[in-house]
Amino acid sequence: MSTTSAEIRGTISAPADGGSVSDFIALLKPRVMSLVVFTALVGMVSAPGDIHPVIAFVGLLCIAVGAGASGALNMWYEADIDARMQRTAARPLPRGRIEPSEALAFGVVLAAFSVMTLGLAVNWTASSLLALTIGFYVFIYTIWLKRRTPQNIVIGGAAGAFPPLVGWAAVTGGISLESISLFLIIFIWTPPHFWALAHYRSRDYESAGVPMLPVTAGHEETRRQILIYSLLLAPIALVPSLLGLAGPAYTLTAAILGAMFVRLALILYRTRRRDAADRAAKRLFRFSILYLFAIFAVLLSEHALARLANIAGSP
Amino acid sequence: MPGPIDERKRRRRSIAIALALAGMVILFFVITLIRLGGNVAERTL
Repeated sequence: MSTTSAEIRGTISAPADGGSVSDFIALLKPRVMSLVVFTALVGMVSAPGDIHPVIAFVGLLCIAVGAGASGALNMWYEADIDARMQRTAARPLPRGRIEPSEALAFGVVLAAFSVMTLGLAVNWTASSLLALTIGFYVFIYTIWLKRRTPQNIVIGGAAGAFPPLVGWAAVTGGISLESISLFLIIFIWTPPHFWALAHYRSRDYESAGVPMLPVTAGHEETRRQILIYSLLLAPIALVPSLLGLAGPAYTLTAAILGAMFVRLALILYRTRRRDAADRAAKRLFRFSILYLFAIFAVLLSEHALARLANIAGSP
Repeated sequence: MPGPIDERKRRRRSIAIALALAGMVILFFVITLIRLGGNVAERTL
C-alpha cells in the first residue's frame, strides 16, 4: 500500500513545513504534461469535424490538468521510491516540502475537476476517456504494475497513449481506427523509450526495488527487447498514412525517423561493453523524444495547413 | 508558531488558490455563454 508520512520522513530529515506554489507545480510533472497536451492537440486537430476554439482550449486545459493530477497522485504513491532514486530524490514529497495527504488531496481534486469540466464543457466520451487515462496511470500502472512486473511500462504505457484519443473524442464524440493508430504509435514507442532510460539508470531502479527490465532480465535482454519494439514501431508509425490520416510529409518523416530509430536500437543491441552500451542507450533515449515530437508535429502541421487552406478557400 | 517564511509561503498559496478559483469562475462563465449561445441560436421557434 501507499507510503505514510512517517515512512517517508524515515528516509528524509526535513519535516514538511508547507510547500510553496512551485512545489505544487512540480507535483503536476510539467514536462510530462506538455507532451500529453501536445499529443492531445494532434488528436484534436487531425480529427474530422469542427470544435469551437474556446471549447477546444478548455478541452486541452482539462487534459493538462488531468495529466497533472495523475502526476501528483503518482508522486504521492511513489514517494518512497522517489526518495531512493537520484533522478527523483529532489521532488517535493521525498524532500519533505509537501505532506503526502496534501499531494493526495491536490491530485484527487484536480482529477475530479478535469473529468467533470471536460464532460460538461466538451462531451462525456472525452471525459470518460480522460477518467480512464487517470485511472489507468494511477491504479493499473502506479499502484498495481510498477512494483510487481518488468512489463510495467508495456501495459502501463497505455496511459500515456490515451491523450490523442481524448483529443480526437473531444471533436468527434467517438473513437475511430485513425485515433487508435495514434494511440498505437505512443503505446509501442513507450517501452523502447523507457527501457533505454532504465538501461543507463538501472542502478537507480535496482536500489529503489523497481523491477525494470534491465534489473530483472539483464541488460542484454533489454537491448533485444528495445530492438524488437523499435522494429515494430517503424511500420506502425506508417499506419496513419495507410488510413489516409497523414499525408506525404508525415509518411516521409515517419519513414526516415523510423529507420534512424531502428539503426540506433541496432547499434545499442550490438554494443556489448557496458559503458558504451549506456552511452548508446542515452543516445536512443534522447532520440526517442525527438522522434515522437517530430512525427506528431508534422502530422499537426499537415492538418493545420489543410484547415487554413480550407478557411482561405471558403467564400 | 509559524515563522516569516511559512507566512510568506501561505500567503502565496492563498493567492494562487484565489486566482485559480477566479479563473474557474471566468472559465465556466465563458463556457456557459458559448454553449448557451449556440443552443439559443439553434432552438426551434
